[in-house]
Amino acid sequence: MTDAPILALENLRVSYASRAGLVNVIPDLTFSIAPGEAMGLVGESGCGKSTVALAIVRYLGRAGRIVGGRIRFEGRDVAGLTPSELRAVRGHRLAMVYQDPMASLNPVMTVGRQLMEVPMLHEGLGERAARARALEMLAEVRLLDGERTLTRYPHQLSGGQQQRIVIAMALIAEPALLIMDEPTTGLDVTVEAAVLDLVRELRRRHGTSVLFISHNLGTVVRVCDRVGVMYAGELVEEGSIRQVFANPRHPYTRGLLDCLPSVARDKRQAPLRPIPGQAAPAAARPVGCGFAARCAHVEPGRCTSRAIAILPVVGEPGHAAQCVRIAELPRWERRLVEAGAGADRPPGRVTLRIEGLEKRYLERRGLFGSGRAPVRALNGIDLLVRKGETLAIVGESGCGKSTLAKVLTGLETATAGRVEIEGAEVGSVPVESRPLALKRTIQMVFQNPDSTLNPSHRVGYAIGRALRRLRRRPGGEDASEVARLLAVVKLPADLAGRRPDRLSGGQSQRVAIARALAGNPDVIVADEPVSALDVSVQAAIINLLNEIQAERGATLIFISHDLSVVRYLADHVAVMYLGTIVELGPVVDVFAPPFHPYTEALLSAVPVLDPDAQGARVVLEGPLPSATEIPRGCPFSGRCPRRIGVICDETPPPTRQLSSGHRIVCHIEAEELRELQRAGDPVTRRSG
Amino acid sequence: MHPTTAEHLPAVSEPVSRGFAQAWARRLSLLTESKPALIGAGLVLFWVLAAVLAPVIAPYSPNANDMAALAHPTPSSTHWLGTDHLGRDVLSRVLWGARTVLTVAPLAVLGAALLGSLLGLTAGYYRGWTDLAVVRACDIVLSFPVIILYMIILAHFGSSALNIIAVLTLTKAPIIARIVRGLTIELREREYVAAAKLRGESPLYIMLVEILPNARGPLIVDMCLRTGYNVVIIGALGFLGIGLPPPDPDWGGMVKDTYGMMSVWPHMALFPCAAISSLVIGFNLLAVGLREIGLRD
Repeated sequence: MTDAPILALENLRVSYASRAGLVNVIPDLTFSIAPGEAMGLVGESGCGKSTVALAIVRYLGRAGRIVGGRIRFEGRDVAGLTPSELRAVRGHRLAMVYQDPMASLNPVMTVGRQLMEVPMLHEGLGERAARARALEMLAEVRLLDGERTLTRYPHQLSGGQQQRIVIAMALIAEPALLIMDEPTTGLDVTVEAAVLDLVRELRRRHGTSVLFISHNLGTVVRVCDRVGVMYAGELVEEGSIRQVFANPRHPYTRGLLDCLPSVARDKRQAPLRPIPGQAAPAAARPVGCGFAARCAHVEPGRCTSRAIAILPVVGEPGHAAQCVRIAELPRWERRLVEAGAGADRPPGRVTLRIEGLEKRYLERRGLFGSGRAPVRALNGIDLLVRKGETLAIVGESGCGKSTLAKVLTGLETATAGRVEIEGAEVGSVPVESRPLALKRTIQMVFQNPDSTLNPSHRVGYAIGRALRRLRRRPGGEDASEVARLLAVVKLPADLAGRRPDRLSGGQSQRVAIARALAGNPDVIVADEPVSALDVSVQAAIINLLNEIQAERGATLIFISHDLSVVRYLADHVAVMYLGTIVELGPVVDVFAPPFHPYTEALLSAVPVLDPDAQGARVVLEGPLPSATEIPRGCPFSGRCPRRIGVICDETPPPTRQLSSGHRIVCHIEAEELRELQRAGDPVTRRSG
Repeated sequence: MHPTTAEHLPAVSEPVSRGFAQAWARRLSLLTESKPALIGAGLVLFWVLAAVLAPVIAPYSPNANDMAALAHPTPSSTHWLGTDHLGRDVLSRVLWGARTVLTVAPLAVLGAALLGSLLGLTAGYYRGWTDLAVVRACDIVLSFPVIILYMIILAHFGSSALNIIAVLTLTKAPIIARIVRGLTIELREREYVAAAKLRGESPLYIMLVEILPNARGPLIVDMCLRTGYNVVIIGALGFLGIGLPPPDPDWGGMVKDTYGMMSVWPHMALFPCAAISSLVIGFNLLAVGLREIGLRD
């Protein structure tokens, strides 16, 4: 590309003022984005990727400061702009889309007003012209019924729709550069896939340059041409998507790829290899390579004595990495283990039996309220889980998977149906009334590492208390037992004295697992235990869960929205939609055709690390319907891309038993589904 | 309770189990990060010292009449802040007055915090009818014009330090209950509360050990603010003549006794007024500063 770059960062240095003084978070960063190019910036939390985005628009806040280098946007030095020039640039030539759409939208203004404001402000357009532009833009971001959408307030739209509005607001001024900071992180996979496809298409049409920041390598592959991998404030590898993912040269990039589970492989074929250790804090940056302490290829003298230069990869123009051993390391290959390495265990006895489970939440009637329709969170769940097995439950938010976990553990009680754990009926027994033995039997690991541990209690107390309650142990033996449990989750014993605010996310989650193990449970329910963690940490926790489960022969109920993780960890998979299980079976069968159309949509929405992969083949339109109005027929009929007709809306679909234990709830015959899905023809919603 | 002691820790690791004194020193050093907190703490500390040391530093007995000063009650070298209409030393009375105010106001806040936290925790944790009952009861108390309520109760039961504390506790508890209830409703949904339920903890344990400690931040800020308000109310009660019974010095009472002579001898009423204001401002600034520091972390 011979054009001058839209954005060029030259030796950018950013520092934050903290209690300990100035901390250099971006020591020296150089990269550029050509016109029309999409550059991805990936890295784990705390690597400085968002700081870069904020520095570019000079939004660093009071504590942050650009202490060196230059940021050139369209040839002009951003640092030299006056406040009014800066305002003219922001939103007009340069637009940003953040993770949380509600943070970018004004809740007391209609969407239309907010959209029209942009061209009226920056281009001096009249109201009528601005309205026409807004309508045009809504059509471009594929929001149907634009006229009505314009009159809506942000809270009346779903998360995916809100993010589309934000994208429309960003693009309506036809900016030269669009900065997107984790734009799809809060969205469901199917919605994420649709938004990513949209970004890709808009970019092609408008020729906008994009800086796309994400922790998720898969999303970057879907949208970008080039990618930069950041570690501890430094760009450790840069190149085209194909170069970086086919031939990663920096050990950190390789490490990231090694920890990513894939929808194509499970634990028996490709074990996850987490990156050991954790990133050093920015205040304690080591001499030489920042990654050296965690690197498997480190050579003490060479890597740690002086600053590491960014070296080009021979034979690959545009591909460079910040590693002294760049030319020496062998080519990276995804490690594959011989299939069958983890031999199948014989099926154990049934630990958990669920029959016809229903859960309804009644909207509380107000003093004068007339009572609303109940929220039907679970509508007839049937499940068998055997001892020592991992059952994964997948589905989008609102499908009832967390409610199921709560009923199992007794945090909620069933409205109808039976739940038996080890033969004892527990569905209608709240946890307060469960006997100790039963409480001990089933324990839970939660999603949010920030809220799973009480910030007021030290780690030792949290685990010790669980020991005392669940094992009725006398207090004296605690210390050694706590240390033993910490060792099981691979934490040093001295962590017992820490408070949760001194733990990393991964450490908190380990402590939570240790706490759940205190009573030696037979069933562990894990509700999205890794979704809030960075990939490298996520891999370690997944491995830990897998190990613990295999060692103890415990049953693991693993709830997740991430199909790659499910594919990796699970023995059996239940796919949930609107409170029902639409597909259930061994993981190999569920992840191969024939799929339930919803499983198919979920799978095709998963971002894959394959530069040649096209966008989602099946794109679901519309949001998940409300759980107060469950359709009479198939719950999925409203969004189903393979809907066959009125029968889908009117008649509940039959359960089709395929092979042993694999069942699909659909009106379409399994054979027909297999044919349709094998053909791989792009589906368009049939009108019916 | 904590199995780890300092010896178990490798030298390089964080000093996790600090000494008690060190932990407090660290907390106090946080105060220096906020200017309002520092000024507020200074003002409050000044009055606390004045109250504690009153018997030592007060030049006269608070109730001693200096008949000689009656002719010239204005500030002089013998009576730095002058004397009042009965010839009592204003400085001594202000110093001794700090003692009563700084006992009654914090005790009343403590009482309100105790009662209010208990009510708020129960209402927020159980929700449903319990919640409704507690919230309505609080509303009823809060809907009374408080000064009239004080007058009725204190006129009926008589005015004593204990009764004032009781009345302040009763009227301030609903406000604290509301705050704690709000926090409880939010905190009870935390995953660590679910974990506690799963290991079979009693509701009382969950409320007091899992929830309350995490509500302490906003609670302490509010208690600080509430102490300031109590100082105002104690002053007002004294001014209305239903405060602490004479002859013990009481800032509000001092103002009441002498405000008629404001145009002639303003010092008699102004110095106790200034005392009330500075103490209230001190508590308010401290509350503002604590909130600021709390938000920063």
